[in-house]
Amino acid sequence: MVEVKIENLTKKFGKVEAVNDFSFNVKDKEFFCLLGRPGAGKTTALRLVAGLEKQDKGNIYIGDRLVNDVLPSERDVAMIFQNLALYPGWSIFDNMAFTLKLRKMPKDEIDKRVREIANTLKIDYLLDRRPATLSGGERQRVAIGRALVRSPKVFLMDEPLSNLDALLRLGMRTELKRLQEEFGQTIIYSTPDQLEAMSMSDRIAVVREGNIQQIAEPDAIYNRPANKYVGDFVGSPAMNFIDCTLVEKAGNTYLDTGEFQIDVTKMKTAINKGAKSSELIIGIRPEQIKVTKEKSKDSIEATVALQEVLGNETILHLKKGNILFKAVVPPTYETDIGKKEWANLNKDKLYVLDRQTEEVIV
Amino acid sequence: MESLGKNLRLVDLRKEFGDLVAVNDLNLEVKRGEFACLLGPSGCGKTTTLNMIAGLLEPTSGNIYVGDSDITELPPKARNVGLVFQNYAVFTGMSVYENLAFGLKVRKVPDNEIKNEVMKVAETLQLTSILDRKAAKLRLDEQQRTALGRSMITKPAFFLLDEPLSNLDASLRSFMRVELKRLQRELNQTILYVTHDQIEAMAMADRIAIMDSGKLQQYGTRSEVYDQPANRFVANFIGSPNMNFIDCTLVEKAGNAYLDTGEFQIDVTKMKTTITKGAKSSEQIIGVRPEDVYVEMKKSTKTPIKGTVYLIEPLGAKTIIDIKAGKSMIRSLVSGTFRPKIDDEIWMGFNMNKMHLIDRKTELTIF
Repeated sequence: MVEVKIENLTKKFGKVEAVNDFSFNVKDKEFFCLLGRPGAGKTTALRLVAGLEKQDKGNIYIGDRLVNDVLPSERDVAMIFQNLALYPGWSIFDNMAFTLKLRKMPKDEIDKRVREIANTLKIDYLLDRRPATLSGGERQRVAIGRALVRSPKVFLMDEPLSNLDALLRLGMRTELKRLQEEFGQTIIYSTPDQLEAMSMSDRIAVVREGNIQQIAEPDAIYNRPANKYVGDFVGSPAMNFIDCTLVEKAGNTYLDTGEFQIDVTKMKTAINKGAKSSELIIGIRPEQIKVTKEKSKDSIEATVALQEVLGNETILHLKKGNILFKAVVPPTYETDIGKKEWANLNKDKLYVLDRQTEEVIV
Repeated sequence: MESLGKNLRLVDLRKEFGDLVAVNDLNLEVKRGEFACLLGPSGCGKTTTLNMIAGLLEPTSGNIYVGDSDITELPPKARNVGLVFQNYAVFTGMSVYENLAFGLKVRKVPDNEIKNEVMKVAETLQLTSILDRKAAKLRLDEQQRTALGRSMITKPAFFLLDEPLSNLDASLRSFMRVELKRLQRELNQTILYVTHDQIEAMAMADRIAIMDSGKLQQYGTRSEVYDQPANRFVANFIGSPNMNFIDCTLVEKAGNAYLDTGEFQIDVTKMKTTITKGAKSSEQIIGVRPEDVYVEMKKSTKTPIKGTVYLIEPLGAKTIIDIKAGKSMIRSLVSGTFRPKIDDEIWMGFNMNKMHLIDRKTELTIF
């Protein structure tokens, strides 16, 4: 059982709070992801866990052991960096065997261990080659293999796929996730790519400027974002946000955008409980807006401003007065820039956010 | 603003570096007012092509035409190309106004005329309110519009954009794609846009030219390159998640034709004539996009192929399921609510109207 427990972890660089009061538990064999833009504090957090930086405050437990004062080499963690450092003059075998040699493991045991791991990672055919002759994906697997031979308790991976091209990244996502299933490591993984986080993680912590915004499973992050930042960051195309005002008319409650109104009488109590004022934001994902040629109940007439044809779907940018929003339609949907369409917002999948706090109310 | 755009034509354009043929007899026409993308992985020859068009590299052979005139031998300055690079060429110490005016100043255009032109361009690009601001203080999208404006003011015959969005983060990039496309349509400019990002090309281009190893692989509209890829390279490069490729053998049995993967067979008797015409041998590849792989938990006529769930990648609105069928791994893109478990037995089938057959030797698409 290897849990990682982080308590009130804080690190400042001068005045910058790189990591501000992080608390979370990573469970045994969990794939835990720190998701955030560059500069959010992901790498600093990983470096703190690895012991490469010393925190100002807070505790780090690996297993049951408090490791605040334990040397990096004795924490039983392996860190894999974005820039994969392999010794260029050495064969892949020697690169992988290096740390075992340092530990003075007997030669035949080293040989056995390296070949075993290489086999599982399907890099056995590379063992005699030099790093320069490897493709990006192969180098990635070698770097993972090199970490795996040490059988660390915890893997810390700092944007390991960021330098790979899109196609390779997709393949490596599958490989990494599957490897973890096989080896059963506890992994803390950082990435700026929400698709990567969504597709691989058991749980995600969304980080913004040194602060954790939300920790939850991918489905929950997607379906119940805590605030505007999370709603905007996760999901592609991004969620639509439309400023609106809460108005009451003849006992009914509406969200008034200035261009159209949405009846939210049913959600009245929930909205009133959470709203700091009548200034609100509607949040709705593009796939929850149905676009049709015919008018239907509650649909809004809007003009096509742009079509992004992605092959398996098309993203329509629609304009209603001053309001711009996106909707997803099937690739076969025929329209053009300037054409009028009817857009229907799925009320069951609509979020209401407070404009001041930017928290999701409903 | 009236369009001054002209069409751009490359005829048998070739560039050799020693033994390496970087650009191999490229023929391409970008029509007046068209937004074309030159798309390919790094090293495919797209940047060499761009440099030849801009006049920074001399072609080994071939010609470049703008409108009716051959510009192959012209010096870069005389080519009237609007170049916008990845690192926006704005002078950060200058104001937006000074940046916009720069190209005309060096041409010694009278001050009052410069002012006129700057105001016109600024209005089109919505820069009027920030003309006095130093470029260093601008947001990235404002910097980009300023960079565009600097090119626009010299009234180029066409624009050459070299990965102008690749330094931006994902959400800003998506916003700028919309902006660029809107501007191009409003100004009716001819644009050749160079990128390695297929999503960018699919989002903006009227037509996409896909290059690999110095050669043009296909030039077509977005739906042409997506739905009718010319060969395996294009099929693989366009679309995300990418197409599945499954090796198979063409077999005939009792007058019927099948594609045999070793794990399952697909009846293609209806396509027999097309296949016989295009196939060099019985060694073939099935190409099918993840969204055209139907998946159900039970066997049905639509889903006759058995597999096991290897991995599930939830993406929110959609889920990717990697399915193992014998030696083959097949990726399926399904709705976000469909969630089988790893190692579950699962059944799949291919959308026959969207499936492709690719010859294994020539790698050309047969249908």
